[in-house]
Amino acid sequence: MRPKYMRSPLIPEMATQEVQLNETLAHLKTESETLKSKLEEERAKLHDVELHQVAEKVEGLGQFVMKTRRTLKGHGNKVLCMDWCKDKRRIVSSSQDGKVIVWDAFTTNKEHAVTMPCTWVMACAYAPSGCAVACGGLDNKCSVYPLSLDKNENLAAKKKSVAMHTNYLSACSFTNSDMQILTSSGDGTCALWDVESGQLLQSFHGHAADVLCLDLAPSETGNTFVSGGCDKKANVWDMRSGQCIQSFETHESDINSVRYYPSGDAFASGSDDATCRLYDLRADREVAIYSKESIIFGVSSVDFSLSGRLLFGGYNDYTINVWDVLKGTRVSILFGHENRVSTLRVSPDGTAFCTGSWDHTLRVRAICSLI
Amino acid sequence: MQDSKSGIKGSDQKLNVTTIPYVITGKDVIAWIANKMKTTVEGLAAQVFGNMLVAYGYIYPLQNHKKLVMCNDNTLYRFQTPYFWPTQKWVAEDSDYAIYLAKRNIRKKGMLEPYEQAHYNHLHKWLNHKWDFIVMQATEQYKAGKERKKPDRVVFDCQERAYWMINRPPRRTHSAMDCGPDRLIDPSVEEKITFDQYRRMNIFYQQAIMRSKVKSSVSLGALVKYVTTYKNHDAFLAPCLPSNPWQTDSDAYWNLNMRRVDVPTKMRVERWSFSLFELLTDLRGRDDFKIFLKKEFSGENLAFWEAAEELKWGTASSMKTKAETIFKTFLAPGAPRWINIDGRTMGLTVKGLEHPHRYVLEAAQTHVFLLMKKDTFFRYLKSPVYKDIQKKALNPEPHNFSPAQLEQNAQSRGPGIHPIILWQQEEEEKAKAAAASAPVDVKAMMSKIDRKK
Repeated sequence: MRPKYMRSPLIPEMATQEVQLNETLAHLKTESETLKSKLEEERAKLHDVELHQVAEKVEGLGQFVMKTRRTLKGHGNKVLCMDWCKDKRRIVSSSQDGKVIVWDAFTTNKEHAVTMPCTWVMACAYAPSGCAVACGGLDNKCSVYPLSLDKNENLAAKKKSVAMHTNYLSACSFTNSDMQILTSSGDGTCALWDVESGQLLQSFHGHAADVLCLDLAPSETGNTFVSGGCDKKANVWDMRSGQCIQSFETHESDINSVRYYPSGDAFASGSDDATCRLYDLRADREVAIYSKESIIFGVSSVDFSLSGRLLFGGYNDYTINVWDVLKGTRVSILFGHENRVSTLRVSPDGTAFCTGSWDHTLRVRAICSLI
Repeated sequence: MQDSKSGIKGSDQKLNVTTIPYVITGKDVIAWIANKMKTTVEGLAAQVFGNMLVAYGYIYPLQNHKKLVMCNDNTLYRFQTPYFWPTQKWVAEDSDYAIYLAKRNIRKKGMLEPYEQAHYNHLHKWLNHKWDFIVMQATEQYKAGKERKKPDRVVFDCQERAYWMINRPPRRTHSAMDCGPDRLIDPSVEEKITFDQYRRMNIFYQQAIMRSKVKSSVSLGALVKYVTTYKNHDAFLAPCLPSNPWQTDSDAYWNLNMRRVDVPTKMRVERWSFSLFELLTDLRGRDDFKIFLKKEFSGENLAFWEAAEELKWGTASSMKTKAETIFKTFLAPGAPRWINIDGRTMGLTVKGLEHPHRYVLEAAQTHVFLLMKKDTFFRYLKSPVYKDIQKKALNPEPHNFSPAQLEQNAQSRGPGIHPIILWQQEEEEKAKAAAASAPVDVKAMMSKIDRKK
């Protein structure tokens, strides 16, 4: 028998419903927390050894002497992003003033230059064929520019607008062909686009804040990618379904860069919390932290050497730290830039790596001599 | 750091006619930091930290005020007053900057540098509505300044100038206060997680718990194995033969490893043996694999795999036609290059092809890849085709350039073949190959043979 109230009968029902909803919400929250700890438990059960223990029998690395072999000057403002061409010598770079330049880093010649209609071009990528470049930034778009052998041709005329986000474009990458582009944005999503039609093929939702970086898996199936965001999470996505299949939340601040280990079974991340971390995808956990008390400035970008033994990190204190991935120690600290290092990529054949900086220059470095 | 006993030793320094108190040298700062950090091998870390202190404005250079680095020598610096520290968290407003510039203008006309003059003109236009207020403030500050004793005034002027150097750096001066565009979403804002979000999260956690995981010893062991396998191929760990182009300015290494060389290098051939993925990713390796498959009359698996890749990574508009061609060539009953996959996968694939999408061939492609990986690949490595190429492969002698030769190399660096040209050549070759190996219509061939009888 329902108690009598001095109000219309609808209100007690709604009140009960709301109470029910709140209870269910609280119930779900508790369930969520329980499941989260269960997952941690499951992960911990399989954690039978540390990386540096497994690495004990591996030979230590000798002294490294790395030299800047090329300094590319030509940008009039902060260099924000760069990417290598598959020919191992050409690169594309983008800067704050809207300029996108294609260089032959080997000869240091500028081969193409495009001026974007926006500033802060935070993302650029070279197409696998070497025939086009993609870039974007504060214009919220990703545009593809086919390159030409004719130096006098105006590349902007053939520009193709592909991706459209609702906020700034933070990173972009071609997939295994020139026909598809993967993008990440400040609007918290990633997306896969068909270049020819500009059609959205798949969108990826799950980050709670700006997504800052992404990297495609090198594995034989080539169907996954990892993204890092301001919500301190690194998520692994299935490109086919749009689902997040794995998630890691151990960083203490924005994740600025993610890069797969060459075998595709792990990935590294660099964050504003001044650490780089290694995550093992098969064990589903973080397996190494690359940090030092004396390093207090954020990491802007990371990349592995060809064998995966070395991890290069570009930092906001203008330096590059080189880490021994297996033993967890720093093997070298490199200088040269006069402002923060904003982007870092190892060349496709692993013979050198290039860094771009807010000091307007790009530097290509290689090993000087092996001791 | 500023402690008179345990901090950095400072001294008085004469600047023009005034004596500036408590001046420190760069090398003293760096030595003090290095000592505190207890970094001996990496004394360079102290240099870096010193640079950051200057770049953020905690310490400022006395003489060359535009050079925001810590020099490890007798260059003079001073500690910035805490009032001007970036940690004070008040933003350096344009109106403050305008007051500062106006004040300097009052003191002595024409004292502003060109970049400052440009800022001043811009601010005069932009803040015109406030200009009376700005001039009034500037005059007040100027008068108050005159009241101070000369040494204090000079010190304050230095501090203020250093502050604005950090917050409004001229071109080619790199200040650490420079920052990028703001983030859209503030991740630290407490968000109310909705009912739906919780449900999704819980499903995710459940799936994550269910997913098979591998023991750390196994997966980490695999990472270590990978490093060991590729160690000699990593240019940062082992020498590049004949030489690293970036070191010697000779592009011989790239020329020897081009897409369509007749004879590949020994290192390249070795790399093909590491995994089927490596063999197929290197198109030259894939060519060699195709030669082997042709001899075994089992090229259809690889051809199907290649076609499936084309479908997956191709344009959205071409998918339907590609799917039809693939069906006719590889999957239809009696197809000319019929692939032998299990009935269930075949059934699923054929059904999926009724409404083709990008990943419709995924199951079949994986099946075929695994077949090749577990069987064909290993037979290839033991085959005469592979052993033959291993024998023929080049082992270039390491370069030994004299300094004069190195100089010569640097002078004669060429642009190589442009990727666009290589791409065009590659497309031509692909078209030729496709025409040559057009699917053999077995039925037609059979009936032709019958008629001949």
